[in-house]
Amino acid sequence: MTWEVVIGLEVHAELTTRTKMFCGCPTTFGASPNTQTCPICLGMPGTLPVINRRAIEFGVRTALAFNCRINTACRFARKHYYYPDMPKNFQISQYEEPLAEDGWLEIDVQGGTKRIGIQRLHMEEDVGKLIHDGTLETAPSSRVDFNRAGVPLMETVSKPELRSPEEAAAYLRAFRSVLMYLGVCDGNMEEGSMRCDANISLRRPGATELGTKVEIKNLNSFRNAQRALEFEVKRQAQALEAGEKIVQETRLFDADKGYTRSMRSKEYAHDYRYFPEPDLVPLKLEGAFVDGIRAALPELARAQQQRFVAQYGLPAYDAGILTQSRALAGYYEAAVSALAPGGSTASPASAKAVANWIMSELLRVVPGDDERAIAESPVPPAHLAGLIALIDDGTISGKIAKDVFEKMVRSREDARTIVQREGLTQVADTGAIAAIVDQVIAANPKAIADFKAGKTAAAKSLVGQVMKATQGKANPAIVNTLIEEKLAKV
Amino acid sequence: MTDPTRLTAHELTDAFRSGAATPSAVTEAYLGRIAKLDGKVRAYLTVTDGRARAAAAASDARYRAGKPLGPLDGVPISYKDVLSTRGVKTTCGSRILESWVPPFDATVVTRLAAAGVVPLGKSNMDEFAMGSSTEHSAFQLTANPWDLARVPGGSSGGPAAAVAGDLAAISLGTDTGGSIRQPGAFCGIVGMKPTYGRVSRYGLVAFASSLDQIGPFAKDVRDAALVLRAIAGVDPADATSVDVPVPDYAASLGEGMRGLRVGVLEYDTAGMDPDVQRAVTAAIDVLKGLGATTQAVTLPTADHGLAAYYIIAPAEASSNLARYDGVKYGLRALGKDLIDMESRTRAAGFGAEVKRRIMLGTYALSSGYYDAYYGKAQKVRTLIRRDFDAAFEHVDVIVGPTTPGVAFKHGEKEDPLAMYLNDVFTVPANLSGNPGISVPCGFSTSGLPIGLHLVGRAFDEATILRVAYAYEQATTWRTRRPELA
Repeated sequence: MTWEVVIGLEVHAELTTRTKMFCGCPTTFGASPNTQTCPICLGMPGTLPVINRRAIEFGVRTALAFNCRINTACRFARKHYYYPDMPKNFQISQYEEPLAEDGWLEIDVQGGTKRIGIQRLHMEEDVGKLIHDGTLETAPSSRVDFNRAGVPLMETVSKPELRSPEEAAAYLRAFRSVLMYLGVCDGNMEEGSMRCDANISLRRPGATELGTKVEIKNLNSFRNAQRALEFEVKRQAQALEAGEKIVQETRLFDADKGYTRSMRSKEYAHDYRYFPEPDLVPLKLEGAFVDGIRAALPELARAQQQRFVAQYGLPAYDAGILTQSRALAGYYEAAVSALAPGGSTASPASAKAVANWIMSELLRVVPGDDERAIAESPVPPAHLAGLIALIDDGTISGKIAKDVFEKMVRSREDARTIVQREGLTQVADTGAIAAIVDQVIAANPKAIADFKAGKTAAAKSLVGQVMKATQGKANPAIVNTLIEEKLAKV
Repeated sequence: MTDPTRLTAHELTDAFRSGAATPSAVTEAYLGRIAKLDGKVRAYLTVTDGRARAAAAASDARYRAGKPLGPLDGVPISYKDVLSTRGVKTTCGSRILESWVPPFDATVVTRLAAAGVVPLGKSNMDEFAMGSSTEHSAFQLTANPWDLARVPGGSSGGPAAAVAGDLAAISLGTDTGGSIRQPGAFCGIVGMKPTYGRVSRYGLVAFASSLDQIGPFAKDVRDAALVLRAIAGVDPADATSVDVPVPDYAASLGEGMRGLRVGVLEYDTAGMDPDVQRAVTAAIDVLKGLGATTQAVTLPTADHGLAAYYIIAPAEASSNLARYDGVKYGLRALGKDLIDMESRTRAAGFGAEVKRRIMLGTYALSSGYYDAYYGKAQKVRTLIRRDFDAAFEHVDVIVGPTTPGVAFKHGEKEDPLAMYLNDVFTVPANLSGNPGISVPCGFSTSGLPIGLHLVGRAFDEATILRVAYAYEQATTWRTRRPELA
């Protein structure tokens, strides 16, 4: 039997504001427990929240990038449940009047792109972290760290328009790219900066009603999200085919064992008792505020990829790799423009050469999606451009250039410094090369005989010998020409 | 000179400036009186004598240097124990916060400290401000200084009794449904609830966030005006505080009644104490005699105010009080696991009235009931606000009784619903946000004080203070004082 898979994703992203959502505490990850707290984020009696303007800016920026409608009046609500990592035993979130609604995100699918609807985007505060002395079940005591409590969180809920685990993973990749391009989230799933829950159900192809959905929590990487959903598709299909009913429940993905298990069923679902947060007044987002953010939106990966194709003549594949992060794209453009001095336009050949060097060499050394690593790359864009310029002007060969690059990575020096110090300059002196060619021909009568007998490959071996004798520094084009001339004469 | 504890705050600072008295001497007089008489009144939960003496000494020095901080410098004050005080226990009248010492001051406490007041201590209250008699305090019963067998009203019974019993010159209470104005009436003093948003709530331990306001108790209207001026004004730490200029209330007190239109509230007299009705009618005649024009005013939706209030306030309380779980601060009971610990903590830490309201509020917010209860109560609230707006198109102030009756005996109102009816005249102004003040307007045949309730336009505290002042100056009620010794 065939089934149509219906998936919707909820992504929580921690925003990279300097301070928390409702107080002035810093948001830095990894500080000693309970050092980044104050009476407000500890929920002490008598404290009141005050909205972080920057967090709202980040939310609006993201909502605009997701093509959402910004609600000019939104408000916060309290979401209640008891859990010791939550200081007030309610979370300030948004419910009926979220920051933004009705947008879309474009994702790559086989053979093209697809728009996935975004239902809503809202702001809330993060909770703290429990530290158990052992496992949750066996710990004699647990401690709680409230450093994370109150960190701004943005929750984005997609429409149930994803049709496969692969599409879900593509959605997460595109989502993360947008957030990172906007500079609102560091996208680090391992540290929990981006967390994903999925709703998944199956139905008969062509059916209009949705099947019973299951919520899967704890999807802490793209890979795990896809694996969990793949498992769940199989589990639900088997159950349905066996005539069983799907239970509406929350399931947890165990990444080690590769399966999902039931966490709680609908009967035990929370009644969150939402009501408007009385300590905050409704937030009026004025047109000028939103327009200002819209005007300052950066170019996003997808647009940049298209521009790279049009402007630099790159293959779409290359442009896709180069736009995996804003930092890498910036690196690329900086290197290209360094090769076109004085504001001139770089030639398509050098634009492609830069792309090749980044893809084949730089990305071996620096992860392409790590903004900081790229910013701190041992080979900055100007140095890479300098290396390529040395090849272009014939100072070094492409082969030597690869060795020079390795040395640049180790020493952080520019190419010219290394080439000059180590005497790697390519020999382009035709007279000097001709002398070596004569020596090689004299020492290889057999090769000459072979060539005369019609074995043209013999010429190649002679070129190789000349290069060997010059330790690779001879300009290969000149060597080729000279060998051809000499052989024609013998 | 006369016993300084009999003086108003403005009389005290006059004496400080003239050198007839010093803040330290007055503070000692208050501390002595508290030591001698608070065993009878039981207004205080904590007396901060060390802090009081230090503040008084600093104030002495300012007067000696001729540089007092303003009209409240050196004035002894008591704070309701729901207002956070750094380094001083803030119990909210609850076992669950019996040992809670906040690491910060409420904004009002900071502002009054900057005005030079002398903090005598923290006064008793109904647990988490839920009640009208202060009998729901987990710690002690507070007596009404006029009759020690009777309640001082509530929930701000402690700070009201402190001022009425000359155990503080001024005090701060909080008013969610009448918790300043009703004890003000019961204790024969001035009690004022400012407009919602006029005074920062930062550091006020929340009962019902959309209704709570902090306000003064005082021996006369001028003192109330001075205290309000000191605590009012927008606060960046409270997003619901409103940036409306704070006028010099004391300066406009003497402008009189001429040209003011007084709306006389029409109300259901069933169940009313006839002494209260008589006193209020007579007070309205005094206002007419002072030159006010009067007209009848009705608030048609106000009849539903109490019902709406007892949905909204418990709903917000159930949320605000969720944080007391034994995990972070306050009482922690031992339990076999987390949930057991939390349940036992809350069972042991909260009193019956608080539990009743948490259950009411939890129910009202539950999925499937929200629209029928909380949603509908909010609609009633909007209608009441419109009623006030409509009335204030024709009048400048609305007058009526503060309470249906006078102070009752301890234990007299055991039925919660009978207790809730105490708030019938005060609750509408909490729901609408309008400012209200209770000013003494006579005594019952049994000799107990009666309060006149004045409600004004939002952020127009100046007018109700002015009317209350004109009335106060035209009458002699304030000269009658309870005798404790």
